Amino acid sequence: MKLTDIFKKKTSSEMAKDRLKLVLVSDRSSCSPEIMDRIKNDILEVLSKYVEVDQAGLDIKLTQMDTEGADSDNKSVPALYANIPIKNMKHTSN
Amino acid sequence: MGEVIVVTSGKGGVGKTTTTANIGTGLAKLNKKVVLIDTDIGLRNLDVVMGLENRIVYNLVDVVEGSCKVKQAMIRDKRFDNLFLLPAAQTKDKTSVTPDQMKKLAEELKAEFDYVIMDCPAGIEQGFKNAIAGAERAIVVTTPEVSAVRDADRIIGLLEANEIGKTQLIVNRLRPDMVKRGDMMSAEDVIDILAVDLVGVVPDDESIVVATNNGEPLAGDSSLAGQAYMNICRRILGESVPLLSLDDKKGLFKALAGVFRKS
Repeated sequence: MKLTDIFKKKTSSEMAKDRLKLVLVSDRSSCSPEIMDRIKNDILEVLSKYVEVDQAGLDIKLTQMDTEGADSDNKSVPALYANIPIKNMKHTSN
Repeated sequence: MGEVIVVTSGKGGVGKTTTTANIGTGLAKLNKKVVLIDTDIGLRNLDVVMGLENRIVYNLVDVVEGSCKVKQAMIRDKRFDNLFLLPAAQTKDKTSVTPDQMKKLAEELKAEFDYVIMDCPAGIEQGFKNAIAGAERAIVVTTPEVSAVRDADRIIGLLEANEIGKTQLIVNRLRPDMVKRGDMMSAEDVIDILAVDLVGVVPDDESIVVATNNGEPLAGDSSLAGQAYMNICRRILGESVPLLSLDDKKGLFKALAGVFRKS
């Protein structure tokens, strides 16, 4: 790799491809913000039984990941990405 | 028993009608008996692209309403005896026809023709549902632009949901020079994003405009687009034809043009 490559701007076709990939993830997941919100609340509800969750640092979103395995043809599938910071483990009394 | 193919895209203006006209002409040149159905009721255009606008008596709505027989409404092509057009109605709207009626019509025509090709309107509403109702195979047309590719993705999803057996993609209006300098997505890029089989790439070619002006689809002539369409037709028939090398041909054409200019 040449030193100049580092500073090279992305071509517009690369930009188009990247933007399309992103927009298609949300298109394909056909998941409204409302449903996302409900998923988020449900996950939190379950987790908060056991741990104290840092609500501010919460990050739940739909994204894309490559499938593994020989017959997958390197296709991407929608995936739920969740990063949930835990403040404290709850110590149950029993 | 013939096959029913729908040509669709989602987005308007990517070349569905031109593609339908050229695939029809190409398949007819390959000695197949073909009928093209313009399902874009209210905005008919396939007739002018085919150069048959002066011969229309009856239309698709007349046929499904039983005002005339299918045979009376079908117009024979100017150049090919085995190519027919069933034009859309211009004064009605998309709700004049139902998917069930289209399915029945497709079944009927399949018995007599090798290929029944539906030219689908833009959009995903009633007109789209009518056009895909009887289809066994879909050809999705897109251009290498974000808006067209996004709509194509949506259409491919809807075709899957409606259990259309086979979906193939045409990347239309590709400009090899722009792809080369990184300012246009390549056919490979588009295929990579849409994860669907490619049935052909058609270069952006001025001869398409000329052919439409004249009302004579160019499939099978010596132009680059004409060759590309003929290759697509061969692939539809199941032949394995390598992709046109758009770059080299363009170079050759430029060189030839240069020679003529000098003389």
